Amino acid sequence: MRTLRLLGLGWLLQMKMLWRSTFNTLLGVIYPLFFATVAFFMFQAGDDPKPLLYASLGAAVMGIWGTTSTAAGASLAQQRWHGTLELLVAAPASFALILLPTTIAMASIGIYSMASTLLWGWLVFGIELTIDSPLAFVLAIPATVVSIGALGFLLAVAFVRFRQAWALGNMLEYPVWLVSGFLVPLALFPGWVRPISWVLAPTWGINAIRDAALGGSAWPDIAVALALGAGYVGIGILLLNRALYAARSKATLALS
Amino acid sequence: MNVVEAIDLRRTYKTTTGTIRRRSLEVEAVRGVSFEIAEGELFGLLGPNGAGKTTTIKMLITLLIPTSGSARVLGHDVVDDARWVRKHIGYVFGGDRGLYERLSALDNLRYFAELYAVEPRGQRARIDELLELVGLKGREKERVEGYSRGMRQRLHIARGLLHDPPVVFLDEPTIGVDPVGARELRATIASLTAAGKTVLLTTHYMFEADALCDRIAVIANGEIVAQGTPGQLKAGVADGSVVEVELFGVEEDSVERVRALDGVRTVTLEDREQKQLLIVQTAPGLELTHAILSQLNGTSIGRVSSREPTLEDAYVQLVTAA
Repeated sequence: MRTLRLLGLGWLLQMKMLWRSTFNTLLGVIYPLFFATVAFFMFQAGDDPKPLLYASLGAAVMGIWGTTSTAAGASLAQQRWHGTLELLVAAPASFALILLPTTIAMASIGIYSMASTLLWGWLVFGIELTIDSPLAFVLAIPATVVSIGALGFLLAVAFVRFRQAWALGNMLEYPVWLVSGFLVPLALFPGWVRPISWVLAPTWGINAIRDAALGGSAWPDIAVALALGAGYVGIGILLLNRALYAARSKATLALS
Repeated sequence: MNVVEAIDLRRTYKTTTGTIRRRSLEVEAVRGVSFEIAEGELFGLLGPNGAGKTTTIKMLITLLIPTSGSARVLGHDVVDDARWVRKHIGYVFGGDRGLYERLSALDNLRYFAELYAVEPRGQRARIDELLELVGLKGREKERVEGYSRGMRQRLHIARGLLHDPPVVFLDEPTIGVDPVGARELRATIASLTAAGKTVLLTTHYMFEADALCDRIAVIANGEIVAQGTPGQLKAGVADGSVVEVELFGVEEDSVERVRALDGVRTVTLEDREQKQLLIVQTAPGLELTHAILSQLNGTSIGRVSSREPTLEDAYVQLVTAA
């Protein structure tokens, strides 16, 4: 019960801080419009509306990953600048329980980005959202958010240990949405890319959302996305204690 | 019973210099610090900037691993039993940092209450009690970004006391706070020992250490150079006397000539708006006022006075000698 309270409050307060950030608000307005435009111009050829919706959904999930990958690093860097990272480490609560809701909150903010990308696509380019299986669609979204948040958690563990790792988060934004098949189908990539895609939860998350919307069984994809998310959290927890010990040894918690 | 024990604590930092030809350097921030703090004691760690106060406190609160030596809080090792130690200590640092600016004071306190496992049922009452104690009642719903330095500092103290820890570490809690705010904070700090808590306070304000601390350790260049009650430290220089001379536009050469006089222990020069104050500590049994003034030829001299040494003089002598 106490763990749930800590996770819930951590998520809620992180959401509050993100909503009150001008930078994030600006990103939330500009990025979805950009994503929707890219999707439209890539897939506008032909009369079939399905490819357009396929691309529009991919662009929408790009928002979730984009927010998580950039904000996870920025948030840890800010915590260092503001001196709160040391206070969190000095608290008796498990640091994993502090970090996890932070990155899930960032992915949750991405739901707004997802909705507004779909809205822009509909308002500006006339891409209509038709959903084949509403229940699977509604469940695929939180499953994708949680699994992407868990991937953000794994990245955040590196940010705790390495001060400059936030740059890595920004750098990973585009490659991950590319190899996860957000815009370009995975079948078009060379064979060696596929194993990389398979271990990335966003690949299964977007597959689940597309299957639910365009027809197909979303459930196996949802299960794999959640299993991968759980795996990231497990690996993150194992690495976190080492990362914290190293940060305390090398005195990097307070430096920015 | 000793609540805090530091045994030969050392901490080395690795750093680099240069941009193209980078060179690795090792800086010894703390070099063999040992002290004990008894239950209910308010212990001061006094030293100039960069002396190793914050590094020492960070090792005690489990944020830094000592390079060598050991430390125990309430009998528990700060490295091997870090989580236990964290549950039983409070940590407050000075300055603007360490708060979530976009959240209200109430949200900041709610979050840390949860991190310190304060019972959910008693959380609101405990937060209210602490807001009352630090004088922030009625302002708790405002965002911290609009708070003054003094209000932030008081919020820091409330945060550090949420779980009612028996040991509290205060790292320069009055730094940058206006005189009235600092006085109120000192009253709050004094009330902590009255409530039975053991407190370690770091500061570089002599009067603060003198007014609050039961015992003081003076730290300079990473080493403890003296330890005792404020009275014992003052007694170390009580056999001498202090001559203060107000000057207008004194040259460095003149100050050096005063420093070279036989019987002069320490010389400090403080800027006071348009004038300077030369403070000279002298050995006992000597009357050096005339000799000092004769070395200041050509400098406009204001008020000249002689007085008994204070804790500040003891501190200056100790730190200068280190």
